[in-house]
Order: sequence, then C-alpha cells, then structure tokens
Amino acid sequence: MEEKFLSRNFEIEKAYNLDIFEEHGGYSTLSKAFSMDTDTIISEMKKSNLRGRGGAGFPTGVKWSFMPRDSDKEKYLVINADEGEPGTFKDRYIMELDPHRLIEGCVITAYTLGLRTGYIFVRGELQHAIRRLERAIKQAYEKGHLGKNIHGKGFDFDLYVHSSAGAYICGEETGLIEGLEGKPGQPRMKPPFPAIVGVFGHPTLVNNVETIASVPFIIERGGDFWASLGIEKNGGPKLFGLSGMIKKPGVYEAPCGITVRELLERFGGGMLDGSDLKAFIPGGSSCAILKPDALDAQMGIETMREAGSSMGTGCVTFIDHTTCMVRLATRLAHFYHHESCGQCTPCREGTGWAYKVINSIEAGRGRPEELELLLDICDSIQGNTICAHGDSLAIPVRSYIKTFTEEFEDHIKHQRCPFKPWRTGKSKSKVSSAA
Amino acid sequence: MSQEESGLKFSEEAERQFQDIISRYPIFPANKIDPKTGEEEKKDQRLAALLPALLLAQGEFGYVSIEVMDYIAQRLNLEPAKVYSTATFYTMYNKQPVGKCHVQVCTTLSCALRGGYELMEYLEDKFGIRVGETSADGKWTLSEVECLASCGTAPMFQATFSDGEIEYYEDLDMSQPQKVEAVLAQINRRLEGLRTPKEMHDA
Ligand SMILES: Cc1cc2nc3c(=O)[nH]c(=O)nc-3n(C[C@H](O)[C@H](O)[C@H](O)COP(=O)(O)O)c2cc1C
Ligand code: SF4
Ligand code: FES
Repeated sequence: MEEKFLSRNFEIEKAYNLDIFEEHGGYSTLSKAFSMDTDTIISEMKKSNLRGRGGAGFPTGVKWSFMPRDSDKEKYLVINADEGEPGTFKDRYIMELDPHRLIEGCVITAYTLGLRTGYIFVRGELQHAIRRLERAIKQAYEKGHLGKNIHGKGFDFDLYVHSSAGAYICGEETGLIEGLEGKPGQPRMKPPFPAIVGVFGHPTLVNNVETIASVPFIIERGGDFWASLGIEKNGGPKLFGLSGMIKKPGVYEAPCGITVRELLERFGGGMLDGSDLKAFIPGGSSCAILKPDALDAQMGIETMREAGSSMGTGCVTFIDHTTCMVRLATRLAHFYHHESCGQCTPCREGTGWAYKVINSIEAGRGRPEELELLLDICDSIQGNTICAHGDSLAIPVRSYIKTFTEEFEDHIKHQRCPFKPWRTGKSKSKVSSAA
Repeated sequence: MSQEESGLKFSEEAERQFQDIISRYPIFPANKIDPKTGEEEKKDQRLAALLPALLLAQGEFGYVSIEVMDYIAQRLNLEPAKVYSTATFYTMYNKQPVGKCHVQVCTTLSCALRGGYELMEYLEDKFGIRVGETSADGKWTLSEVECLASCGTAPMFQATFSDGEIEYYEDLDMSQPQKVEAVLAQINRRLEGLRTPKEMHDA
C-alpha cells in the first residue's frame, strides 16, 4: 500500500481532536520547522514542486517568495476554504476530519514568512467544517500551538475562522479578500497582487486548504522526497474527489501523475452498472470536457493541458451515456451566469447570453447559426474580464460544442432533445431542461 | 438610529458571540490626530466583522430585515448603505422570512447526474409547494441551489433551521425514498421546538 499523507487521519476515529492528532504524530513538525532557517524552509517548499491546490496550480514555494520579507506592515495569511467549484469537495474533508493538520500548516507558513495573523475563509454553508475548525483552534491555543510565544520560540500567531455567506465568486482570491473585509465579493484588478496589497491593504498570502495542509509533510520529509512522489513539476500526492456515475464516489489520495483511468478503476470502482462513460471533467466545472480517449492522461498541470483540459482542483466528474451534453452545458452556463459578480460587461452579459442561447437549443428552439454565435460569445468573454470567472464559462462551453458538435447540431436539426429529461417539467426550477 | 429606537437587542449569548466576532479583526493606528479630541485616530476594520455578524443576526432575529441591517450598522459603526450592499450580495442572508426549515437542493452537475432534480420534485410533492415557495404552515421553504461541495455524496440537500443551524443530508438517491422519508422525519422532530423566522423577528 502506498503511504498516505493528506488522508492519513481520515480513517482514524476522532482525529479532529487534539489528543488523538498528537498521538499520531501531529504538531511534531512544528519543532522541526522552528529549528530551521526560514530561507531553508522556502527552498524546501520550492524543491517539493507543490502546486497550489485551489485550481490555478501556481508553484507554492515561488508564491511564498513573493511575500515581502522586511516590510514593517503587518502581514496576513488567508486560507481559501471557499470550496465552491462545481464537482469539488476535497477541502471539506481536511477541515472536517483533520483540521489540526491545516492549523499546523498555517503555523509553519506564518513562521516562515513572518505572518502574525491568519484567517481561514470558509464558505458559510460548511457549518460543520467551521465548528470543527473553531474547536480545533481553541484546543491548539490551549496547548500553546497558537497564540503568544508558540512553543516558547518567541513567535506569535493568531488564527481565526471567517465565515462567508454564500457567494461562489469569493473563491477568487481578491473577491475573497473583499469578502473578508466585509464587502461584496467583487474581484479586484491585479496588479497589485495580494502579496503586496491584500487584506486591509496589507501584504497577504492566499493559499488553498489542501496546499497548506501539505506543508507539514514537506517539512517532515523534505522537499526532494515530496517531489519524488509526483511527476515532473508536480510534486507529491493530492486529494482527488471522484463524483458522477461511478460505483464508489469519494475523496481519494493518490500521487500527482496518476491517470484518470487509474482513478476511475482503482478508486472509483468503475462506472455504475449499465452506465457507459461518455465524457469526464478532470478538475471542476471550469475545465474543458474530455472524451474517454483521454482517460490515460496523467493528473498534472502540464499533462492535463497537453490532453486539452486542465487539472483544476483534481476533482473529476464522470458522465454517462444517458446524459445530454447540451443540457449539461445549459446547467453549467446557468451556474456561471448566476455567480457572476456583475462588474465586467463581457462576463455579466456574456454568461447570460450564453445561457439563453444554449437553453433555447436544448429546448428545441435553436437555429443553425447559433453555434457560431455561442463560440463568438465565448471569444468575446475570454481574456476580457477582471477575473478568470468569465473564462471559466468560455473554456468549457467552447469545449462542449467542439467535442460534441453533432449532439448540438442534432438538437437544432430535429428541434428537440433526444435524451430522457432530468426532470418532469412540472417544477418551476430555475434551470430548464427540454421544453 | 439609536439602539432604543431599533427595538432590537442581541440576547446575552448572541452578544457574547458578537463580541468574539469583533475581536477577530484589527484596529490600526492611522498616525493621525483627531483635531476635535486631540487623540490618535484609529482606522477601524470592524467592517470585516459584517459577514459573520449578519449570519449571527439572522439566527437571532429570524431574517435580515432592514431593521436588522440598521441594528448591525449601528453596532458596527457603519453606514447603513454599506450593510445593505453587502447583505444583498450574499445568498445566505434572507431578506424575507422563510420557513422554519429552508431546504436547499443542489442541482449542479454531479447532483443533477445522480438525481438532484428527482429529489427536488419529490420534495415539492411532499411539501405541497413548488421550488421557491414557502408552505402555508410556515414550516418549509424549498430552494434550488448551486454546488455545496458534497458532490461525492450526491444527490443531497442542505437544511437551514430558523435558529441558524445548518445540516447536510447526503446520498439521497431516489431509488430509496425511505431514506428521504427518514431524513424528513428527523427534521420534523427538530422543528417542534423552533419558531418561524417571522415569529422570531416580530418577537
Ligand atoms: C472564479 C474563481 C473561483 C475560485 N474558487 C476557488 C476556491 O473555491 N478555492 C480555492 O482554493 N481557490 C479558488 N480559486 C483560485 C484562487 O483565486 C487562488 O488561485 C487560490 O486560492 C490560490 O491558492 P493556491 O495557490 O494554494 O491554489 C478560484 C479562482 C477563480 C477565478
Ligand atoms: S469576470 Fe465576472 S466574476 Fe470576475 S470580476 Fe468580472 S464580472 Fe465579476
Ligand atoms: S454538485 Fe451538488 S454538491 Fe456539488
């Protein structure tokens, strides 16, 4: 059996309690980190080839090195726990089952970069995770892992949970900063990047939950070791969330570089009986859709790009042969329209138009020229917005049309959806499917 | 508006939580002397407490009415307009009262694939309402929501109780309606001791 890291404690009963966590070696890497030179920690992080697990895959060690070292301004750590990308459900496991791991990672990160205050920005719906985190933080304070003079090393660090209140766009790091400041979560123009002007106008490091939960293992075993577990430029194992029409949906740990086929067969138990794999989305709904011929692509930032999509959050959705791709695209466009913060015209209007047009194709009212129109809408959004939310609609929608052109054309030609509907049509559901 | 005028006041427990929330956000010296008082001005970051404070208020007063927003504005020393613009941006704040139990069914991709819409329609029939409505007895509100980070246990719904508690109910495959029934029975028991958000607000 492969050695487990991020999911190591998931099966241990009540590992979210400090004493159990410590019994299994928890918080032991703090003393190691405190005995290390902070430059050495950063260089270990770089060596580890850890890539941000929030979706963009930026090298974590490099991001850390952008934080100003001798600014006299107070600097902040912000953990992105807004987990909202459709298909993604991995950070929740860390927060609910192994919250102390995240706290341990936060302390090491803060110590390395001289950050004195941290906020874990959690989407408000995840109340269970919020409770577990708050309780774990309280326990960590009592044991001296947080607060003043941690482990007697003269280092102070305060950590708080900040509960958001339901807005997908707060997952974007500058939208998140706005939300943390109590404002509508409308993303900011970059530059300046959060490392220079972040929360309250101060230098801020924003990292994903899983990214920071990986830090204690890298410190414990060394950057080279972590790098050796993955593939080129993509170090370490990570959590993969598998959902859709498979036998064993769930969160599984595997090394970067694992193929989607292995994920499906070894962990996901294969497709449900009677379901044939028609397509899959490798890392959350903003990724391009792939056909089964891409099953042997490796889970890595570059390898998935070569396969024509992206690794994103590493949470794969498996779609079966009974699913209408036009309807799936409709549902997706609805999501991105609904969640647009409305600041940029191409995103606000474009996502709405895209939704209307795809919806009318699905409902059997599409015209042949509308496929071209849809692609034009995607072009006019992509690259013309403040944040990547607009791209997150344009990229998948274009890929659905290009990958399943015939299915779109079929809807238009026969003025109907050939698939069994998701719902009966009597409901006033916001998201229509077949008229 | 003064505290007396608003007529609202946190209970002792909520006040304790409110103070705890405020204490999480910093106050920076602004390096400026206030000409009136001669004291150093502080740049207050209490605006940062707004999101959690509004959630707390919703659990306390049932829903986020103008009156509740004004109360929070006053407690955090903010312009009411700042509170309105934030409160309207986030979906978890109910600006109108909902039922004692707000059932929110996810119908995003993974849930839709595994029967999210069937679950939603089953609940519509069960509660005798359509999505977006509140039942006449004030017990249920049914909504359709986007991905709740529960895709591996699809389909699912989230229930928000009028006291602010949130519960996830997962793996509600409609090939086993008895599972949904068991969940609803459990929720029903929990609803016995609860008031409707409207009752809480008008109390
Ligand atoms: C529309 C949008 C939504 C995002 N949502 C999330 C999210 O829910 N969680 C997350 O960690 N990152 C999310 N991100 C990525 C963040 O902006 C940011 O890249 C990430 O927090 C950086 O952390 P990492 O380097 O550790 O991955 C989102 C980005 C965009 C454009
Ligand atoms: S791209 Fe969309 S979500 Fe992002 S800032 Fe512009 S309008 Fe808002
Ligand atoms: S799609 Fe329903 S919880 Fe993610």
